[in-house]
Amino acid sequence: MLAWTIYTSFLGALAARLAPSKQLARAFALLTALAGLALGLVALVHWQPGELLTVARVAWIPQLGLEYRLAADGISLTLVLLTGIAATSGILFSWNIEHRTQEFFAFYLVLIGGVYGVFLSFDLFLLFVFYEIAIIPKYFLIAIWGSVPKDASPENRGALREYAAMKLALYSFAGSALVLAGMVAAWAISGGHSMSFDVLARYPFPAHFQMWAFPVVFLGFAVLAGMWPFHTWAPTGHAAAPTAASMLLAGVVMKLGAYGCLRVAMMLFPGGLAPWGFHVFGFGSWREVFAVLALIGIVYGASVALVQRDFKFVIGYSSVSHMGFVLLGLMTLTQIGLDGAVFQMFSHGVIAGLLFAVVGRMVYDRTHTRDFNDLSPLRLAHVIPFAAVTFILAGMASIGLPGFSGFIAEFQVLAGTWRAFPWMTAIAGIGILVGIAFTWRALQKAFYGEPAPGRAAAHHEALPPISLPEKCGAILLLATSLIVGLYPRMLTDLILPALNSPLFEGLRTGAWR
Amino acid sequence: MITVLTLLPLIGGLVLLASCRSREAARMTAVLFAAASLAVVVLLWIGFNPASAGLQFEEWHEWAPCLGIFYHVGADGLGILMVTLAAVVTLMSLAASWANKKQGPTYYALVLFLESGLFGTFTALNFVHWFIFWELSLIPAYFLVRLWGGSQRARAANQFFLYTMVGSIALLLAFLALYLGTGQFDFLRLADLAHNGQIFPTLAQNLHWAGSPDRLAMLLFWAAFLGFAVKTPVVPFHTWLPAAYSEAPSETTMLLTGAMSKMGVYGFLRILVGIFPQQMEQARTTLLWFAVATIVLPAFAAWAQKDLKRTFAYSSVNHLGYCILGVCAAAHFAGTQTENAAALTGVLLQVFSHALTAAALFWFIALLERRSGGLRGIDDFGGLRKIVPVLSGLMGIAIFASLGLPGLNGFPGEFLIFKGSFALTPWATSISVLGLLMTAVFLLTVIQKVFSGPVNPRWQAMPDLTLTERLALAPAMILMLVLGLYPQIIAGMVSGAVNQWAAGVRF
Repeated sequence: MLAWTIYTSFLGALAARLAPSKQLARAFALLTALAGLALGLVALVHWQPGELLTVARVAWIPQLGLEYRLAADGISLTLVLLTGIAATSGILFSWNIEHRTQEFFAFYLVLIGGVYGVFLSFDLFLLFVFYEIAIIPKYFLIAIWGSVPKDASPENRGALREYAAMKLALYSFAGSALVLAGMVAAWAISGGHSMSFDVLARYPFPAHFQMWAFPVVFLGFAVLAGMWPFHTWAPTGHAAAPTAASMLLAGVVMKLGAYGCLRVAMMLFPGGLAPWGFHVFGFGSWREVFAVLALIGIVYGASVALVQRDFKFVIGYSSVSHMGFVLLGLMTLTQIGLDGAVFQMFSHGVIAGLLFAVVGRMVYDRTHTRDFNDLSPLRLAHVIPFAAVTFILAGMASIGLPGFSGFIAEFQVLAGTWRAFPWMTAIAGIGILVGIAFTWRALQKAFYGEPAPGRAAAHHEALPPISLPEKCGAILLLATSLIVGLYPRMLTDLILPALNSPLFEGLRTGAWR
Repeated sequence: MITVLTLLPLIGGLVLLASCRSREAARMTAVLFAAASLAVVVLLWIGFNPASAGLQFEEWHEWAPCLGIFYHVGADGLGILMVTLAAVVTLMSLAASWANKKQGPTYYALVLFLESGLFGTFTALNFVHWFIFWELSLIPAYFLVRLWGGSQRARAANQFFLYTMVGSIALLLAFLALYLGTGQFDFLRLADLAHNGQIFPTLAQNLHWAGSPDRLAMLLFWAAFLGFAVKTPVVPFHTWLPAAYSEAPSETTMLLTGAMSKMGVYGFLRILVGIFPQQMEQARTTLLWFAVATIVLPAFAAWAQKDLKRTFAYSSVNHLGYCILGVCAAAHFAGTQTENAAALTGVLLQVFSHALTAAALFWFIALLERRSGGLRGIDDFGGLRKIVPVLSGLMGIAIFASLGLPGLNGFPGEFLIFKGSFALTPWATSISVLGLLMTAVFLLTVIQKVFSGPVNPRWQAMPDLTLTERLALAPAMILMLVLGLYPQIIAGMVSGAVNQWAAGVRF
């Protein structure tokens, strides 16, 4: 059943492309996304705790041992649900796309299909194929429908979009190249019989091989997860993308990277996390190296977000900071930290989606500016109060106030960090504080500004009111964050059994404490 | 019962947001829900057995057991006292804002949300459950200041929010460490473990802590302390307070000083005394210096203020300083149990009495502001007792209550705190008397400059309190007198809890 999330997305893409009218294309897209979400929810209802649900298994290239094999454990299901939610809300927030509508939704749904594919693949090669499929539509979504700053000259606009699109594509491909190298090597060393995760996870790779394969593959995926210092594609790409694409990029695509880090690098090559036995600049293992990079990402992302003038860049950098928590959680190698990392993937997907929806759709599409200096005199809280309230709630969720999903996630990551790297906890705490500061600053500047001195009273041109699709999308995302925040068992009951399954045996018996 | 209490204002706020369009309907709804909450509190009083020291009205459900999160609420004497003061102060604040035209449905909804947050904080017994309310009560408070405050409101609200968050994050990190060591978030279980001296050695082992467990314990204690020190506040973590209290609309300041500052004191009693007793005793000298600073310095600062709201803001810090003094003095195991009990009873009396007095004082300031068109400088008035005798008289009573005049509510608490503390820590108590003296000086200065002296011709036409205002103020004033003359109402209520602490603190 779950496999149909992939097929319906591709079919929906075709239907949207061939739809005779824009309205029909939107309807097809929405139906497709809802179908994906419904399939995910049905799977959730029928879920047996700890189960590894085989979805499809067909021999593909038997000579090479490659299979078309889809399966879902709790982690996959969590992220499939996230994709369903993010896709649905993304379509609701791009209801107003008028430029080449059919193509827009076609690319959008191809991207969704690829993402579902990655999360459901149970074969390394298949995962890689879907991973690559997802890169192509990202490029076109940004290059054709991207948003640019207001003061960009007309001839510059195309170039700016292409710059961002190309940067994202190149970073993604560079990451993929690293992944591919590790993948092929693993396939060759394990005898070339199979690329299935269960086979590879059981195969005793030599320690020295794991020691180089782990960092290479981890780094390849971490680029897409926005790990400092390879994060620079993220703010540019997020800011330049059209709203729905930013929502997907931050909400889901960055999770592809984090998912790959966990599912491929850490699950298959846990030996790479072991101590080197010697110290370089005080680092004794890859684990410490990546944990420090994640920590830098948390603090750096938040600090840079604090000084941005462009509203969308603030959210872009905030994603770098929040994804830092995912990576830090992974590197704690504690059950609670890993659980927190997956929880944060879900939580950030929902919250970042909502933040980008407010900035890109509710604010930018109405005011045509993302610059705080232009937004401040508009005092948008009085003009579009719904957007202000949504941003306040999303901001509260984003800074990890209890009651929202972000709290449960950060709380678990921090607990894991306390156990693994006590001194890092304090620094991550500072990162959270800076996060609060930039979120609140953005709120003030964008919604509760003061009329600029010297300028006449703010021009209260009538902005179009918040439309029904926007309200539905915002409520869907907020409700998700609240429900998961108030009832975290919904996700932890999925994630924890998966982490305790035989697949992660190597990780548990290694440095897991 | 307690769940009903917490949910009632929350539902009220949502109902109000969903249905009320006009100010009149909104304030009526808000008062109804706040009164209903007070009724539930009264039911709790009736059902409460003061002789028992344990928790009553307990409710316990699974929430997220794999993370140690349970839905656990209950109330002992301390909890009952706190929810009572939250309910009373909220009603007072709503009554004070009855005539304030600027405050619409959103304002009233936020007040109800804040009340719900207070009830939750004062009754939750699982850290995560408690922390939800502790943090979420900050949001309505922030917006009350941010949206309805004075000209510097943006700055004041942000400072308030960020400072409190610094404390909260330190607190959160401390509790995460406790959770890792014990697998527990439950305040009672943690307190049990702490009293057995088991927590910190296990914790140090679980965290692979290289230093001694005592250092780790101290570190966590100070992190948790920071959370409550900012909220209460304790000098030098108070700098957010004067701006927030004076920029907030006076009706909101009533809530901030009357109820929210008590969250800090509650944290001291429930969490620091409960879970870190040994650390409190070890750090007692430092803590006492903090307490002394909190009593003395703000009293001088209050004297120097020109703005009545800032004066009373500093006065608030000073009065909470007595509570901190009492708590820290009682964290002394070698002292006699009677003295500990006296100091702690004094703290609880002072908590309630300060809530009442400070809320009343800011209510009077709201009334003055409305009559003076927003002016509230200490030199802006003069001779008011000749123009508005009733207003001046009643406000005078509140000021004398704040000063601790025997017969009014401020006296029993301060007396017991000083009585208990003096035996336990003569030096700190002696220095603190200086604060008591300065309190008298600045409060009398206020009386002199505002009510006496030559009549300021500008206010010749100032109307005195209307009948409605008098009726609204009457219950609060009566309560002040009653508590002053018969403090046993509260002392009896909390005696079970106090005796347990007095015994538990020394083992």
